[in-house]
Amino acid sequence: MDLSPVIDGFGVVLEPTNLLYCLIGVVIGMLIGVLPGLGPAATIAILLPVTFGIEPVTAIIMLAGIFYGAQYGGTITSVLLRLPGEASSVVTVFDGHELARQGKAGTALGIAAIGSFVGGTVSIIALSLLAPLVAGFALDFGPPEYTALALLGILLVSTVSSGHRIKALVAASVGLLLATVGRDGFTSAERFTFDNLSLADGIDFVPIAMGLFGLGEILYNLEERHRATQAPAKVANAWPSRKDLRQSSGAIGRGSLIGFVLGILPGGGAVLSSLAAYALEKRRAKDPSRFGKGAVEGVAAPETANNAAATSSFIPLLTLGIPANATMAVIFGALLIQGVSPGPQLVSQEPELFWGVVNSMYIGNILLLIMSIPLVGLFVRILRVRATVLAPITVLITLIGVYTVNNDVFDIVLVIVFGAIGYLMKKLGFDPGPLVLAFVLGSLLEDSLRRSLLIFDGDATGFFTRPISGTLLAAFVLVAVLPLVRRALRRREEEHVDSSA
Amino acid sequence: MTDRDTPEERVPEHGHPLADAVHDVEALEHENRPPAAGPLGNAVTAVVVIAIGVAAVLGSVALGAGTAREPGPGTWPLLVSAVLTVLGVVLLALARQVHDAEKFTGTTWLVVAALASMVVFVAVIEVAGFEIPAALLCLVWLRFLGRESWRTSIITSLGVVAGFYLVFVAALAVPIPHLF
Repeated sequence: MDLSPVIDGFGVVLEPTNLLYCLIGVVIGMLIGVLPGLGPAATIAILLPVTFGIEPVTAIIMLAGIFYGAQYGGTITSVLLRLPGEASSVVTVFDGHELARQGKAGTALGIAAIGSFVGGTVSIIALSLLAPLVAGFALDFGPPEYTALALLGILLVSTVSSGHRIKALVAASVGLLLATVGRDGFTSAERFTFDNLSLADGIDFVPIAMGLFGLGEILYNLEERHRATQAPAKVANAWPSRKDLRQSSGAIGRGSLIGFVLGILPGGGAVLSSLAAYALEKRRAKDPSRFGKGAVEGVAAPETANNAAATSSFIPLLTLGIPANATMAVIFGALLIQGVSPGPQLVSQEPELFWGVVNSMYIGNILLLIMSIPLVGLFVRILRVRATVLAPITVLITLIGVYTVNNDVFDIVLVIVFGAIGYLMKKLGFDPGPLVLAFVLGSLLEDSLRRSLLIFDGDATGFFTRPISGTLLAAFVLVAVLPLVRRALRRREEEHVDSSA
Repeated sequence: MTDRDTPEERVPEHGHPLADAVHDVEALEHENRPPAAGPLGNAVTAVVVIAIGVAAVLGSVALGAGTAREPGPGTWPLLVSAVLTVLGVVLLALARQVHDAEKFTGTTWLVVAALASMVVFVAVIEVAGFEIPAALLCLVWLRFLGRESWRTSIITSLGVVAGFYLVFVAALAVPIPHLF
């Protein structure tokens, strides 16, 4: 492996501007992690207009910092208030808050921070080794492979998204349809524009992401009944004891591995991996009943895994150009806006960007470790800021921010419309994640499909005879059909039980 | 609000730790939300999905469906909207079984009010600049949606607008319509 681009990448990171934006990113990530309400996808979407004025590598360093920073911050409210700041820290609540009630909040936070740091760092190293290999392998991919890959990615994300699977697929289909609005690249026919000039070039990604994720989430939170939040326990620092560290070292190791693997899979990501790591520790434990009563492993495992996953989910994005989850879809959009199209050629053609972003994560994780252990008291104080005060400020940032992209009031209208749609979707159980993901992949998918059909001269069986696209499509069919088969089996089992009873 | 602090309540339903964890997490997330929608609400949602699907099918056919050998502008949208329609029909069939949609309750009016404040903002921004509509939006959100006191609401609203003016107009010189 040629190490010089990796080392040049460190040069990129150590430029003062990039260091500064890395710091800004992780601080914002930590803050939104602490504040319940906005998740990383929403925050990154709202900050998209900010990234227009800065260099691509700097922008992505900052956005990445928000994503993995949020994994650190989300822990704090889970432990102190039993109020998860992030979806990926929900499972930490069960043991983390129990520890806090026993007066061991510092232990829980310290273990979580160390686990996050280890998980993140292990994941960066593995990413550095694996990503160039994957990219090299994918360089030969043609349109049929991309068709299959994009289809599989969208299906997997829909399958594991929160809420009902059919509803997630509905959301994905709507996303694909929205991507067709505007001029058709092949025939230059106007599609679904309703003779509206503003729609002729298609719908911009920015108002969709800002509306569905940002405004939609804020509107949805308005209906939340205000929980009685008790004053957070005082936490000055968070040094775990040697015994706690020894007890959780296994959990941290396994969590790193689970997180890394699940993070790579489309749809895996931080939420699923934290759940899986928690479940594994509970299953392995000699005495599973300790879980939920303040088991240190119950904090260490999910917090390590969500960080490892947050990092490794960059692999499919940066090497294949396929975002693995909703946050990656927004970062994908940010890259496209910057004129960078992520894909297998990225590692070789834009090494400064690739290695700059990857290596910035080492620095970011060190910064986060400092903020999470000695400076944790500072962030606990942020909890006094009321959500009711933050909401209108976030709304105004969104409305004014989206205007600054094109200096066009129509974009404000769009963001409000998509905000209302995002609210309705969440309200009715449709996860907006698959919609945004399908929207960013829509034109790639259609392009590859049409090119493939031209290559195959209209014979769709060609997709199945090429080894890689055939395998990917077989996996697609498997993922689509397996739940149906399992349900049928379960039903038969139940009937069997009924008849024998 | 269920008291989940007593571990005895978390009876494993399937015995599988991952399924249990997912179940616990979902219960925690829905603790403070409005109640679930009934079958009628679910059916209406499904019908809306079908309607969007059918409309898109018709629109795609009008664009020219093309063939596999020569895909037209409508080929891909036709495929996607056909899938969407089928998914809508499946949703309709499942209307009695899904429980992940929420009822529209009294609190929904908060969301309507919030949207109204944004519509007013976008309607007047080009005529009157951003300052007054932004202050009004803040006031509505703080006083009526957030139930802050009048004092806090007014002071915060004015402070926020002043802050935005300093950042966006004075410092960044963003060409947002403004009065002053």
